[in-house]
Amino acid sequence: MDHFTPVSALIGGLLIGVSAAWLLVLNGRIAGISGILGGLLPPARGETGWRMAFLAGLFAAPLVYVAFGGELPSVDLDASIPVLVAAGLIVGFGTRLGAGCTSGHGVCGIGRGSPRSLVATGIFMASAIATVFLTRHVLGM
Amino acid sequence: MRLIISAFASGLLFGLGLIVSQMVDPAKVLGFLDIFGNWDPSLAFVMGGAVAVSALGTLVAKRRGVPVLAPRLDIPTRRDLDPRLIGGAALFGIGWGLVGLCPGPALVNLTFGPWQAFVFVAAMVIGMAAVHLVPSAWPQIPFRRETAGADG
Repeated sequence: MDHFTPVSALIGGLLIGVSAAWLLVLNGRIAGISGILGGLLPPARGETGWRMAFLAGLFAAPLVYVAFGGELPSVDLDASIPVLVAAGLIVGFGTRLGAGCTSGHGVCGIGRGSPRSLVATGIFMASAIATVFLTRHVLGM
Repeated sequence: MRLIISAFASGLLFGLGLIVSQMVDPAKVLGFLDIFGNWDPSLAFVMGGAVAVSALGTLVAKRRGVPVLAPRLDIPTRRDLDPRLIGGAALFGIGWGLVGLCPGPALVNLTFGPWQAFVFVAAMVIGMAAVHLVPSAWPQIPFRRETAGADG
């Protein structure tokens, strides 16, 4: 477990929690990424501004991090194009059908004690773990 | 305007959290999901910290009753489990496990990550829009007798 990074994980997690608490206490909204992005497809009157602003904040984060002297992790995506497309389609469709992703159900929903979010998080964690098991240890991808 | 600035700040904090915790790196996420391999429990610490503060935020928001900048709280109130929730979550997990990207990290990767992130996000946006093709009444599984009775 040499790759285990509990301290940075906890600090990052606290920041994500502050973001969710911030949006709820100030704007009265749930910081669910799939919901915020999906709510723009199609855009509704009076609902686009704050959603675009939140997404702009997400996009700005790496720039701000570097500006304050942070070193961005090097990210590799070695999945093939067909796998990327399939995974993207499934993630987009699944998160909207299930009304939430890791943030909306996982962080906000569980923080609220929502039974729907608890069940959804248990299910997507289980199916993700099963998928990784299949691809890595059975199919050897 | 204040709502817009506040939402931007929230998005910025969220993105910084994903970067600091390295959750923007799919390898890190897959390391957590690979419980039968060389397991990396980091994601559990991210979730733990995030849920704790988010729970605190919920408490504050509910005690206040009204948000600081908005006219009312917009919180989901449904408590029932339906096939869309369960099917959607199961599908999402498959896509997440295939590449190691969920929506937040995928979006943050657009600014600094590899070009493949654009392919993933483009497909994800199409997938999100495609949900509107699913009739809202489907799949309709009657859990109670009264619901079934509606069709005779």
